[in-house]
Amino acid sequence: MLKVKNLCAKIEDNEILKGINLEVKAGEVHAIMGPNGSGKSTLASVLAGKEDFEVTGGSVEYLGKDLLDMAPEERAREGVFLAFQYPVEIPGVTTTNFLKTALNQIREHRGESPLDAVSFLKTIKEKMSLVEMDQSLLNRSLNEGFSGGEKKRNEIFQMAVLEPKLSILDETDSGLDIDALRIVANGVNKLKSKDNATVVVTHYQRLLEYIVPDFVHVLYNGRIVKSGDKSLALELESKGYDWIKEEIGSIA
Amino acid sequence: MSDIKETLLNKYTEFEKSLNGQTGSPSHLARKAAIEKFEVLGLPGPKTEEYKYTHLTRLLGKEIDLGLTAQESKLSREEIEKFHFPHDEANVLYFVNGYYKSELSRILSPESELKISDLHSAFKNHEEDVQEIYGKYLNHEDSFAALNTALSNQGVFINVEKNKVLSHPIIIYSITDTSVDTPVYYPRNIFQIGKNSQAKIIETFQTHGNGKSFINHASEIIVSESANVEYYKIQEDSEETFRVDNTQVIQYRDSVFNAYAFTFNGRIIRNNLNIRLVDEHCESHMFGLYLLKGKTHVDNHTVVDHEKADSFSNEIYKGILDEKSTGVFNGKIYVRPHAQKTNAFQSNKNILLTDEATINTKPQLEIWANDVKCSHGCTTGQLDEEQMFYLRARGISKENARAILLTAFAEDVLENIKIDFIHEHLHDLIYRRLNN
Ligand SMILES: Nc1ncnc2c1ncn2[C@@H]1O[C@H](COP(=O)(O)OP(=O)(O)OP(=O)(O)O)[C@@H](O)[C@H]1O
Ligand SMILES: [Mg+2]
Repeated sequence: MLKVKNLCAKIEDNEILKGINLEVKAGEVHAIMGPNGSGKSTLASVLAGKEDFEVTGGSVEYLGKDLLDMAPEERAREGVFLAFQYPVEIPGVTTTNFLKTALNQIREHRGESPLDAVSFLKTIKEKMSLVEMDQSLLNRSLNEGFSGGEKKRNEIFQMAVLEPKLSILDETDSGLDIDALRIVANGVNKLKSKDNATVVVTHYQRLLEYIVPDFVHVLYNGRIVKSGDKSLALELESKGYDWIKEEIGSIA
Repeated sequence: MSDIKETLLNKYTEFEKSLNGQTGSPSHLARKAAIEKFEVLGLPGPKTEEYKYTHLTRLLGKEIDLGLTAQESKLSREEIEKFHFPHDEANVLYFVNGYYKSELSRILSPESELKISDLHSAFKNHEEDVQEIYGKYLNHEDSFAALNTALSNQGVFINVEKNKVLSHPIIIYSITDTSVDTPVYYPRNIFQIGKNSQAKIIETFQTHGNGKSFINHASEIIVSESANVEYYKIQEDSEETFRVDNTQVIQYRDSVFNAYAFTFNGRIIRNNLNIRLVDEHCESHMFGLYLLKGKTHVDNHTVVDHEKADSFSNEIYKGILDEKSTGVFNGKIYVRPHAQKTNAFQSNKNILLTDEATINTKPQLEIWANDVKCSHGCTTGQLDEEQMFYLRARGISKENARAILLTAFAEDVLENIKIDFIHEHLHDLIYRRLNN
């Protein structure tokens, strides 16, 4: 589904991604871990199409197409979804109206007819229960004044409504209380199928107990320096990152 | 420039001759005083502080023959009715090039509530109310206002009787037809809202054809004790319209006045909104929104003058400037020595969509009383990139994302509109502008 080859990206004069290689197949769950500032969110943003970052090398193939060639909205319509680490607040735009516009533009792209108000509300209700989100949030301005946890839940709710093929969840677990973490993880699991894939960026093993990854990667200093199965996450949890830094040091 | 002044003074002399039968009437005396004032002031020049960023005189001199007088339009009923927007039942008045179109207008409210007379006839028939008010309140320190008083012979006098809640809003269509030469005209509207009465007034300004025009418009609005008035202006002229609009409001005790100004188009539009709170316990709201593109220049000057204690005023003006459009916002708040316990707030926010668009914004607070609460704030920025990305990352096109964010920006003003059909009409105008 996704083939990232030697991807390099910079912002202003800072090289952040220094040759990322990653392959994600349909049905898989990948976890990306790594110390603060290593480039995890940057990778997620570049995949979603954020123009602040300049891609200086490498390629990204998504469902056989050149992902880097597409505008952010085209990527979303083709099924790429980024749950933001820091969802932005948009005063004056309600979550409902925003989601209806988004969903109908995606449907149009898929050649489906737009949903009328009634069927849209039905979809919304259904997906809301999936992440146990409070209805009152929907009529408020998007993310404005939402608590940290509410914002994260809203991201997964949007994911549920838009039904992406490739979901990238950037630290969706941080800021969630223990119950919320379970609810959100269950939501993600329910949306999983053999046709879609999930990339979760996280610092904590705990999330991975709920969303069990097929692969775990360590991103450090702009590169994926180690990959393994879910046991790698356990190892990182107990030992931290120093041993990996040392390993790299000894290779270099 | 002195040529223009000469032209205008000659125009007055000529106009005065046509007033035979009115010589010595109060309105004639007001005209004389006003033209004398104009003779002293002249049109605003490059050094006139109040017109520092709006070089109206220079452009008018180049583009408009101010010696002209607007001819009556030959537009058919159907052509005029194209300017109609969907609204509830209303008292509707049509003016084309300043001329009252009685055959198109319809008054629904009974005469016990509402008296409407076309100004041209009112002068001729020596109607006493008009004679008494004409030119009494308008601030003639603005030379365009002085010129309007001197030269106006068209418009409407609207009198809402006391203790009446007007059953229908009043909608005034002012259409400029540029298919006759260059229309230059001086409409004047006078609104007298009686004690304890309520009225909603909507004025829309539109243009037929792409020719040039100059409209020097003035209004006097008297809001009597405990009256409540909503006054909307929707300016949708053409790229070739020069317009000066002087609106003078005078509020008496316990009255409420809501002013709304929406500007979408024009070559140069200058709005002067002056509100005097001459008595205690008044409330005034001023809402403005300008959505500009092309080479349009819009200048909003507002003054709210707290003369007595215990009043409240609030102002929110917002602007979205695209392409090479330019704007000016100047908001004055005066709090006079007797105006203790005044609350006065003001905010002006702008979004510039291109590097070429500019805005000059200046709040001006002058406070002579000590027990007051006043605040002002102005911001000018671009569209928020993070917000744009968020919307696009959910599949929304760039154009739509932009429109969504700009509509949300405008919403602070729109949410204060109290008439549903006006709200819808503006949403429609804004939607069309942002999605074209
Ligand atoms: N706009 C920017 N200008 C300059 N540097 C930036 C910018 N955005 C990100 N960076 C830098 O890029 C590096 C990678 O940031 P990124 O957000 O991708 O890290 P991360 O791995 O997601 O970290 P965290 O675990 O803290 O979320 C950091 O050093 C950061 O300071
Ligand atoms: Mg991050």
